Amino acid sequence: MTSVLMKLCLGLIVAFMASGQVRTQPAAIPRLSAASGGKPDFNGIWQAMGSAHYDIERHMARASMMLRAGPHGPLPAVPVLRLGAVGSVPGGMGIVEGGQIPYKPEAQKKREENRAQWIDHDPEIRCYMPGVPRATYMPFPFQILQNAKQFFINYEFAGAFRDIYFKNPGPAETDSWMGQSVGRWEGDTLVVDVTGQNDQTWFDRSGTHHSNQLHVVERYKLITPNHLQYEATIEDPEVFTKPWKMSMPLYRRMEPDARLMDFKCVEFVEELVFGEFRRQPLKRE
Amino acid sequence: MLTLIAVSLLVADLPRTASGHPDLSGMYDIATLTPLTRPPGLGDRLSLTDAEAAAIASATAARMAATNQASDPNRAAPPTGGDGSEGPAGNVGGYNTVWTDIGTGAFKIDGQYRTSIIVDPVNGRLPAMTPEARAKGAARAKYNRPNRGDAFWITEGIVPGPYDDPELRPTAERCLLAFGASAGPPALPVMYNNLKQIVQTKDHVMILNEMVHDARVVRLNSKHEPPEIRRWLGDSIGHWEGDTLVVDTINFNDQPALGSADRNLHVIERFTRVDAKTLRYKFTVDDPTVWSKPWTGEIVWPATDARMYEYACHEGNYSFAGILRGARRLEAEALAKKKP
Repeated sequence: MTSVLMKLCLGLIVAFMASGQVRTQPAAIPRLSAASGGKPDFNGIWQAMGSAHYDIERHMARASMMLRAGPHGPLPAVPVLRLGAVGSVPGGMGIVEGGQIPYKPEAQKKREENRAQWIDHDPEIRCYMPGVPRATYMPFPFQILQNAKQFFINYEFAGAFRDIYFKNPGPAETDSWMGQSVGRWEGDTLVVDVTGQNDQTWFDRSGTHHSNQLHVVERYKLITPNHLQYEATIEDPEVFTKPWKMSMPLYRRMEPDARLMDFKCVEFVEELVFGEFRRQPLKRE
Repeated sequence: MLTLIAVSLLVADLPRTASGHPDLSGMYDIATLTPLTRPPGLGDRLSLTDAEAAAIASATAARMAATNQASDPNRAAPPTGGDGSEGPAGNVGGYNTVWTDIGTGAFKIDGQYRTSIIVDPVNGRLPAMTPEARAKGAARAKYNRPNRGDAFWITEGIVPGPYDDPELRPTAERCLLAFGASAGPPALPVMYNNLKQIVQTKDHVMILNEMVHDARVVRLNSKHEPPEIRRWLGDSIGHWEGDTLVVDTINFNDQPALGSADRNLHVIERFTRVDAKTLRYKFTVDDPTVWSKPWTGEIVWPATDARMYEYACHEGNYSFAGILRGARRLEAEALAKKKP
């Protein structure tokens, strides 16, 4: 009797320990082979989920990406009115640590102006390269190609890409849309220092902006085989009162045929950008 | 036996990935003075003598030096409609030498300077085109005339005119693709921005084209996508045949980078590492609705220490609006002249 009870108890304890172990032991992350340096293997197709591409700050759902004053509160502005619910903004807890971006007062004002005139000023609308960090959490996948020496990020949106240098070439020689990325490994975390971005890109569809003094430090860390944690510290003394941080998980696209599709949106915005110069412009009413 | 040992020693020297395949990764500059098609006078000659190659290189260097002069800040404006000579931008102030990067010599394969990239047909020329493709080409030629500062489409009654809509302009002007077949496939040298970057992983080989930043991701040991999915650079799958990477590309859209080709284009590329600094790039083009038979070319990809800078074409495409607006202006002038 005693021994049966003992066995039962022991069995329970073992089962409990085993289940505890299952819960706490992290799944092994994939790694490049030892011959290739053994670093965590980020190869694959990744994508963010959530509503950060609309608004990186904590926010409730709202009627539209562009609002006007209505008799009883904000209403969708005329250029986006006909999009109805498709043009509305889903809510989100935000990816900004603390929920709010520490804007300088004049920069805050510019953000509000950008938001009010969103349709004329968001560079995404014109299919411009999105810059960093916006490229990371747009509603498009991106592909990481990594080997012993190279780490390359290929974004579906506008065919933008980044070649992460592991040898620092010194200060960026010129500003560019995607900036200059210099990477280093801190243990299993890839840390990427991004400088040399121009002042033309935004952070989201809510007018969040920066100057060409923007300095982004990104951290990529695999948590499980199929998700990584992304962090970015944002510094721009012309626009923000202090550095701030964003973080979010990024997920592996699990479809067996996951891949980047063509998204050459340049073609898709030709009517918007050049349509008025046709020999016979199309009616827009 | 000795030959076998020699070959395996040579092959063992090549940089390889952990999986044992040659490592093709790196940055390459494919600029060359060797043209795609052989100058007709050279007949079936595959190679140049060293003296001929040296003469071509020095003549080019002299021409570059002669034209690589600072512009005269006090020069007068060019004449309306350009100076009448052939060249880009109607010679009203287009490219000068500082913009071009066409290489400094012919490339060498097996120790021999090549007369052309095309090696088959043996005359180094493109095979005959199908009647259908010839007709299309003639129609295109009617459109693609040097700008003489007049709306010839109005005076000649060409409808639609070549500048009527953005969609009628070449893909390079629209920043949709690089000009020439720079992005490929097949990737061919053009007058500038000839860098290619390869990133090779276990399952993929990415070939990045500098001009218009086109990244072609080759899926290794994969199947082609269904034909309803068309891509600007086609759908590329690859596999290793010994130490050669073979890339097969189909499913292009109606405007592949390769001039004259259409959506039936099928390209097979072979990448072989020759030494630590050089790839050999061989390709066969088959497009039965355009050429009467397949043709094959060969070129080397020399490694370079050059860095690739961002090629933001669309973001800075101020010219395209100017091209269309300029055409509207020429049309108005031509119509005003027509009136009695």
